[in-house]
Amino acid sequence: METVCNKEMPVEWVLVDSSKEAFEAFVKGHMKKAYFVALGLVGNHEDALELSQEAFSKAYQYRKTLNSQGKFFPWFYQILRNLCISHLRKRKHRQTSSLETKDGATIDLPSSDNFDPEMVAERNEAKDQVWEAISRLDPKHREVIILRHFQNHSYEEIAQMLLCNKGTVTSRLYYARKRLKEILNSEKGGQPQ
Amino acid sequence: MTCREYKDMMMAYLDSELDPQQQQIFQDHVKTCASCQAEMEEFNHLKEITDSVTLVEPEDHIWQQYWDNVYNRVERGIGWCLFSLSGICLVIYCGFKIIEEIVHDPAVGFLLKGSLLVLIAGLAVLFVSVLRERLYFWKNDRYRKVRR
Repeated sequence: METVCNKEMPVEWVLVDSSKEAFEAFVKGHMKKAYFVALGLVGNHEDALELSQEAFSKAYQYRKTLNSQGKFFPWFYQILRNLCISHLRKRKHRQTSSLETKDGATIDLPSSDNFDPEMVAERNEAKDQVWEAISRLDPKHREVIILRHFQNHSYEEIAQMLLCNKGTVTSRLYYARKRLKEILNSEKGGQPQ
Repeated sequence: MTCREYKDMMMAYLDSELDPQQQQIFQDHVKTCASCQAEMEEFNHLKEITDSVTLVEPEDHIWQQYWDNVYNRVERGIGWCLFSLSGICLVIYCGFKIIEEIVHDPAVGFLLKGSLLVLIAGLAVLFVSVLRERLYFWKNDRYRKVRR
């Protein structure tokens, strides 16, 4: 996927110029990136669109909390990420509640989070399996895969977004890929193709 | 270095995040360690297939409407804020006026007036108590200063 807006816009926009025109330019500069990050986390078009737009609205609301030393996207990412994770929790809760049996027991759902296979471009069996496997990762592992593979962020950038150090990013990527490999192997009963 | 430590370097090697010296150290180890070599090949293969997955770009009209939708959200948020604020002010003002009327009305009995004032006092105590509790938790929240 083409990474849009690699050039970080000046943080002063949020702190000084909060005019409609400047905010519009800002949203237009980051909307694709925000949408695709949300899509990677929640897996379907409608939710990704809704959540990324909501994140921009919240970013405008809380723009004064942005540290002048910081970059916009890591700060914005925290807002977007919190919205997506909260959305996933609600969705999981709704699914669990709807599957409660008469005696109050719940039925365990597969961990896949309603990921839409139609979201994958130039689909084939291997790509579908990878997308399905990503959907079954827990959000903590899913996000590092999304940021690294779909957004091409460096470890340094990922560390800034996740408020951790590079070592944690390396370790999280290791366990995320290991888990991805296990899921793919368990589906195929062998090596990923 | 142990194999465990080389495994920590493996992800950074696959993602070209190591400097040339570290890359050389890692490559030298992999040449002599069958276990790490096998694991690296598997991860490399996984990385290739994961990199091959690209997501569908939404149609142009979605991007054209995107800003309008964000703007509408911001505008509605401000609208709701103003609406709620003025609503609260109006409710407080009307409540105050109604209570004032009742208290000054000679036709209303002393018992009703007294009960009303006690009710208001009770609500005020409850409000202060909740407010104090919230302030205490806010002050002692260890994540309060976490950067957003």
